[in-house]
Amino acid sequence: MKVLVAVKRVVDYNVKVRPKSDNTDVDLANVKMSINPFCEIAVEEAVRLKEKGVATEIVAVSVGPQQSQEQLRTALALGADRAILVSTDDVLEPLAIAKCLKAVCDSESPDIILMGKQAIDGDNNQTGQMLAALAGYGQATFASELSIDGGKATVVREIDGGLQTVALSLPALVTADLRLNEPRYASLPNIMKAKKKPLDTSTPADLGVDTAARVSLLGVELPAERQAGIKVEDVAMLVDKLKNEAKVIS
Amino acid sequence: MSILVIAEHDNSSLNVATLNSVTAAQAIGSDIDILVVGASCQDVATQAAQVAGIGKVLVADNSAYANALAENVAPLIAEVGAGYSHILATATTTAKNIIPRAAALMDVQAISDISAVVSADTFKRPIYAGNVIATVQSSDAIKVLTVRGTAFDAAAAEGGSASIEAVASAHDSGVSSFIGEEVAVSDRPELTAAEIVISGGRGMGNGENFDMLYSIADKLGAAVGASRAAVDAGFVPNDMQVGQTGKIVAPDLYVAVGISGAIQHLAGMKDSKVIVAINKDEEAPIFSVADYGLVADLFAALPEFESAL
Repeated sequence: MKVLVAVKRVVDYNVKVRPKSDNTDVDLANVKMSINPFCEIAVEEAVRLKEKGVATEIVAVSVGPQQSQEQLRTALALGADRAILVSTDDVLEPLAIAKCLKAVCDSESPDIILMGKQAIDGDNNQTGQMLAALAGYGQATFASELSIDGGKATVVREIDGGLQTVALSLPALVTADLRLNEPRYASLPNIMKAKKKPLDTSTPADLGVDTAARVSLLGVELPAERQAGIKVEDVAMLVDKLKNEAKVIS
Repeated sequence: MSILVIAEHDNSSLNVATLNSVTAAQAIGSDIDILVVGASCQDVATQAAQVAGIGKVLVADNSAYANALAENVAPLIAEVGAGYSHILATATTTAKNIIPRAAALMDVQAISDISAVVSADTFKRPIYAGNVIATVQSSDAIKVLTVRGTAFDAAAAEGGSASIEAVASAHDSGVSSFIGEEVAVSDRPELTAAEIVISGGRGMGNGENFDMLYSIADKLGAAVGASRAAVDAGFVPNDMQVGQTGKIVAPDLYVAVGISGAIQHLAGMKDSKVIVAINKDEEAPIFSVADYGLVADLFAALPEFESAL
């Protein structure tokens, strides 16, 4: 069984992003870039499927700038067998990325596609659902548990208020939530080995995908700052303030 | 301008989250319909028809829609929505699952989690975990939007008298099926709807210690939340997570206990009316957004807080 796992190069989650001085976009000059944390969970899940003997091959794919090779090498070091980069200097929207991934699915014919539920840059939470729509696959977003048996994927999903279990016929698309697993660290020997694994590059044009933007960014701003209040001395003073000043408890 | 709001419901009652999208729709235009997709969901349609300012309620009542599977619901939304200029749904896990799938079927780039309507084609939305607010303009013929519930007040649930029309179209993809659901049964209010929320972080130490928060919550009629750190540490389930990748809440009172205040968490609660922080580290970033900060050991402060209520 073949697993396709999609990864995105994003600003490292520890970086506090700020607008550029002219507020046209965020300032990403010289900031640390990493694999999107939810994508890392998806890669880990793919590797576990292979370790369990369910998957036989893991193909990592990324749609983004040339430097996304670094994130693909990370996926290879974690256990992917080979990688595909759909290279573009444009910042693509989820629909355009989904179209590129659909083209990759058409040529790779994976049995299951694993992705993160959202990227921590645009926070769109769309690409997986869009790819599933374009490919006609069943989808299980926000997965916290995945098992594959008899041509079906059974997925436990995180929903408001609890958990939902769905079954999907393969090929199917699953997006990872936080609790699906805890990703491992790549070992040094595996990082070295990853450098020799195959990495193919193409472009959206090679795949016949029109990536023209539908949504334009007019500007960015900092959110309204909240003023710090006061420090209270003790619990009694806190309760008094809440009852008599803020009047939020009675 | 004609706007379609997708109802959030459980086949028996209309989820109040729907009313936040109605308010967002009113900021775009006045010609607003509601689409109810479900099975045996006529009561939901009746309630939706009473929402103030709604033109008509469309009801697609079919067993294929019983569990809101995205594979079945998205093609219906794409079909019905084709006659509208805007499609809106409040960003619950149901809508986040379905709306992008519907948008892709319509070849539309959806816009997630809008926090303000600037004009009929221009919207604001938080990006980078709420560190930055982007203003974006859509050039698609139909705008497909999910709405951040806490950014818009709920529209009046009563006072309307919309007509109700059935939509016959049924879609059953056959590629997915519903197996079951485990929804936590609790007498406490739902996190996103609660007037008071008390949340614990890594400082709680373990899951058992959350009992202290539950007993305070029961005295206050509050919901209990958690930071991502507490979820990551396995103290509590993910559905309790407040933050950019969890639930977005804006209650009258938010009490953060043992939470340092990572930007990820702040993005999920900073619109609360009154924020209280209890933390032993006086340098914790949570104090910079708290109206009332108490520097104290939570294991001493919580029992005292409970007995003072």
